[in-house]
Amino acid sequence: MESLYRELILDHYRHPHAKGLAESFDGESFQVNPMCGDQVRLRVTVTPASSADDATLADVTWDGGGCSISQASTSVMSDLVRGLDLAHVEEVAGVFARLMHSRGLGLGNDADEDVLGDAIAFEGVAQYPARVKCALLGWMALKDALAKAVAGDRSPARIPEGFA
Amino acid sequence: MTDSSPAPEEGASCVTSFTWECRGMTDSSPASEEDAPAEPITAREVDRIRRDFPILERRVRSGRRLVYLDTAATAQRPVCVSAAMTSFSSASYGAVHRGAHRLAEEATDAFEEARTRVARFFGVAGDEIVFTSGTTAALNLVAFALAEIAAGPATGSAVPVIRPGDRILLTEAEHHANLVPWQRLARRTGADLAWIRLGPDGRLGLDDLDTLVTPRTRVIAFTHASNVTGAITDVARLVAAARAVGAMTVLDAAQSAPHLPVDFRALGVDVAAVSAHKMLGPTGIGALYGRAEILDALPPVATGGSMVEIVTMTEATFQPPPARFEAGTQAVTEAVGWAAALDYLSHLGMDRVAAREATLTARLLAGVAGLDGVRVLGPDRAVARTGAVAVEIAGVHPHDAGQYLDDLGIAVRVGHHCAQPVHRALGVTASTRASLGVYTTEAEVDAFVEALGEVRAYFGAAR
Repeated sequence: MESLYRELILDHYRHPHAKGLAESFDGESFQVNPMCGDQVRLRVTVTPASSADDATLADVTWDGGGCSISQASTSVMSDLVRGLDLAHVEEVAGVFARLMHSRGLGLGNDADEDVLGDAIAFEGVAQYPARVKCALLGWMALKDALAKAVAGDRSPARIPEGFA
Repeated sequence: MTDSSPAPEEGASCVTSFTWECRGMTDSSPASEEDAPAEPITAREVDRIRRDFPILERRVRSGRRLVYLDTAATAQRPVCVSAAMTSFSSASYGAVHRGAHRLAEEATDAFEEARTRVARFFGVAGDEIVFTSGTTAALNLVAFALAEIAAGPATGSAVPVIRPGDRILLTEAEHHANLVPWQRLARRTGADLAWIRLGPDGRLGLDDLDTLVTPRTRVIAFTHASNVTGAITDVARLVAAARAVGAMTVLDAAQSAPHLPVDFRALGVDVAAVSAHKMLGPTGIGALYGRAEILDALPPVATGGSMVEIVTMTEATFQPPPARFEAGTQAVTEAVGWAAALDYLSHLGMDRVAAREATLTARLLAGVAGLDGVRVLGPDRAVARTGAVAVEIAGVHPHDAGQYLDDLGIAVRVGHHCAQPVHRALGVTASTRASLGVYTTEAEVDAFVEALGEVRAYFGAAR
């Protein structure tokens, strides 16, 4: 279990980063894990706003509630991707998803591990298939919010009835 | 008919003549006296019962002995259930209700014998038991059949013809299986959906029952025991309210049938649904009970083989119940396994099972009551409740709690347990649920309570 609940994860869970939604945003997403009701609402700003591939992810903020894995993963992710250009964000997200689907076998590649920075702490999650969705929840919100930002869609995310 | 092999009846008795008997059944347990309170199954008996469940000897994470506290999700099965299925498969398997060969006869007998045993277990007649894949399918069958009736011309019959503005009354305690089918029926028919609210103690608030049950209420669907709070519903009160306005009653007995004596006739409900896998039986089989007049009046939902009488290229006539509702090849082997599971429970005595589980539930609730920051979602005393005990742990998400317990070999359910509105009503999105069965020991309950007491400190929610 220590491989799952690394100290870094518990620290981010207790003291999450980037939590608290920014007033303005270029794209917003709301994601929920139907298994447990865990939720993440996430906002991004990009510069230049709603531009093509050379844009940079200027800011990520989020709010939500859920298990330590989903909350810490979103917190670590926010630190990791803030300031990256969008192509780079996509690359990091791809590597993280690959790690999560590795069934605990890891990435087998130091260069990829370096790309993930602190997010490599979630490696142990991949041994617990039921928890992979938790770790990916914030990343799904990020992908969705960025897609909306790039498309110039500034509409607020639809929040299903029963969720605050 | 020139077969000269001896003992022609040997095969027919095969289903019950398997030799891998469960030890829990070989013990001569004291039969409880009429009208006397049942003696709980003793801890010594539980030790013997456990030998019938080899899976309970399993080692799980880090070599820890499994502590199985997820019986409300699915129960483990005694060896005699798989033995009955293997014996049937090895000796008597064939097509049921079709064909005239010997195996077809034996398989048909075994299937119908299983139906008879299910019916006897629930105090009803064999032709009032429709085999389904489980509780969910049974409840959907009723909802879809009522939708079909509503779509046709009004007929004076034993079942309601639901019209726009009529009422379907539910409760906030429902599992999604006894909620979503009624939402769809309401949408299809234009009926109004209303529900009995949950009180803070996790029991149904019946104070305003008289205003909720209107003269236009056509269906009242409710759970017998909540899979989250464990609360047992006052069925008699709801049945009386329904009868006063001529509404049909639908009982979800998935969580009660495994844990207490359930007699559908005595309860007075019109239809009821159960699943075998919650009561020591196999997956893929369950039943819809319907009072004879009700089943007679319901149209089939699935159509096809076995449920018809005469078929032309343009139309068909249908069999009487229960065959009318059993289109296609049924889960015959599973039905045989279920009957064996019911024999096992009957041998133990459901009143003794209930008494045993009440004792263990009291121990569990007392243990949890001593923990800081842990709240029971539902009745906190072991009265009129089952051994499904869901808790909220302050500052710790259920998934994290479940992971901590799993690391100690303790299997519990975490999440919303397919009952999101129940959780919302109790002010949480998810919970951690331990649930007991006939094989649960005092030591397992204590192990759970001890581990639960450590969870908050581990996740930094308590010193």
